[in-house]
Amino acid sequence: MSSKKITYTEIENKGIGFYGLLGLLGFFLLAGGYAFLAAEHSGHYITGMNNQIVWGLPHIFAIFLIVAASGALNIGSIGTVFGKKIYQPLGRLSGLVAIALLVGGLIILLLDLGRIDHVIEMAKGNLNFKSIFAWNMILYGGFIALVSFYLWTMMARSKLAKRLYKPAGFSAFTWRLMLTTGTGSIFGFLVARQAFDAAILAPLFIILSFAIGLAFFLMLLIFTYKCTQREIGDVLLNKLRYLLGVFILATLLFEVTRHLTNLYATEHHAVESFILGGGNFYSNLFWFGYVVLGALAPLVLIFCRLLKNNRAALLLAAFLTVVGGFSLLYVIIIGGQAFPLVLFPNAEVSSSYFDGVNNSYSANIGEYMLGMAGVAVTLLIVLVGVKVLRFLPTSLADSVIDPHAKK
Amino acid sequence: MSNIDAYRRRFLLGAGIASVATVAPGLVLRQVNAKPADEAVTDQKRWGMLIDVDKLPNGGQGVVDACKAEHGWGHEEHSNAEQKTQWVRTVKVTEKLTKHEFKLPVMCQHCETAPCADVCPTGASFKRVDGIVLVNKHICIGCRYCMMACPYKARSLVHEAIFDQKPDTPRGKGTVEACTLCVHKIDAGEQPACVASSNGAIVFGDLKDESSEISKQLKARGGKQIRADLGLNTGVRYQGI
Repeated sequence: MSSKKITYTEIENKGIGFYGLLGLLGFFLLAGGYAFLAAEHSGHYITGMNNQIVWGLPHIFAIFLIVAASGALNIGSIGTVFGKKIYQPLGRLSGLVAIALLVGGLIILLLDLGRIDHVIEMAKGNLNFKSIFAWNMILYGGFIALVSFYLWTMMARSKLAKRLYKPAGFSAFTWRLMLTTGTGSIFGFLVARQAFDAAILAPLFIILSFAIGLAFFLMLLIFTYKCTQREIGDVLLNKLRYLLGVFILATLLFEVTRHLTNLYATEHHAVESFILGGGNFYSNLFWFGYVVLGALAPLVLIFCRLLKNNRAALLLAAFLTVVGGFSLLYVIIIGGQAFPLVLFPNAEVSSSYFDGVNNSYSANIGEYMLGMAGVAVTLLIVLVGVKVLRFLPTSLADSVIDPHAKK
Repeated sequence: MSNIDAYRRRFLLGAGIASVATVAPGLVLRQVNAKPADEAVTDQKRWGMLIDVDKLPNGGQGVVDACKAEHGWGHEEHSNAEQKTQWVRTVKVTEKLTKHEFKLPVMCQHCETAPCADVCPTGASFKRVDGIVLVNKHICIGCRYCMMACPYKARSLVHEAIFDQKPDTPRGKGTVEACTLCVHKIDAGEQPACVASSNGAIVFGDLKDESSEISKQLKARGGKQIRADLGLNTGVRYQGI
């Protein structure tokens, strides 16, 4: 596949680093499990969510991870689908991280349900195919199956596996586009909500997935290679660096387009001024969390010539991209619910059920615990994965992966 | 026979006729409308309500109280105000330019193309063929997507365990609920609790039956929908908004 024979090895579990990390992730899992059991036992009144803000922080974590999942697979797809050989050694890790992110996100979604015991009804055939949620169940299940198959074609030594490598990569890539479209569509077609009623949300989620999936992948890659003293060359990292820059710019472009389109329609003026100029938490989070910290700052870190080959800057840029993506999802999903429904245009409304007021929401500790547990599940799957199977190339040095590297 | 006796007779006869005239339609209505329990619901009917907000005192607070008494919602002990269930509420509306003010009760509007039923992954949110939008609590997973989709904020998630429930209104922690149009009463040939409490301000009936009172009134005076622009063809219509 690539210029030289790439060897993949498991990581070694020497030292307290590995077990310390396992223990830390285990702690987050236990905390999340406790948060789930508490809400399951008492009901959702112990959370910060309510009948006005029905989807809260756990959903931001979940949707972030699910969207990032399809983005993480992109690195593999660039190698397989678009034939960029330099990315091919990362294909295995890309598939593993994609599955891990999706599982982490889905677990949060499941554990936040009001009646998780009723989910079995879906398996009994109670599925409504007019619902994008029902489709998503199939898209998520299919994604895990297809990416597992894609991983098999990369890792098995049989001739059959090698023959199926390209078709598997293509189908996984196509499927991931559908998956993110499905996730974006959850919000794109809610006609009643001023903030969500825009089909552009589906492509926005796709491009956002490119950015946050790659950022998460980069953080994992640099961290793992640092901890296991394996080498990554600057050629590969700089490729990923500029790719991240392009994705951040593209996300920004879609987000700007979304707001400009909304600003053109009078009916959306109120919600736009709430999000963009409200002087409230959501507008601050949008401007400072997403635009400045989450988009402009990483762009500077990525494209500043002085910081070329600077890994700390790249790591920080990836981290800020994750912060930005999280902030953007928070503003879209929770900010969108905080803005009141419009029952009567051009009128002020009030009631005992908070009509006409900007709804407030603050997550409690249990919701943070549940969200963090999802992230912990993701990291645990990756950690165990690279420990027991050969996902990681022994070296990603320039001389190994780049056909044109100078000796 | 004295004049007084004749007067008494005429009075009693008149009173008797008046009583029969008052009570009989109710009895006849019961006989005609009551559906045997084993008879399937039919799409030959579409149940709806016409609410004249000018005739409802205090924006329909009596309607809210009657609904609470019938179904027992809103008494959760642990939930805060934002978390408590609310099947119907009175909304005060003030037009920004004209300052024209009115109040109206808002509940599930029993849409023909209900967004809640469209988005529900399990089909727990559904529209009965006679137009009543309901939640099947046995398969509701509590994902709240229907609450995101409802343009009227008519739905509530039950945030805690509910005790001492009304026999006709089963409710469950972690599931979503809303106005049922008192389906248990309709199936027994009765009118929804809010209609009975409204002193004639709310007319209930079959929107597909041209001879029903609601159809006649709607034809004569019209009835507005909240957010008619969404094209949901609601079963609940208003006059005076």
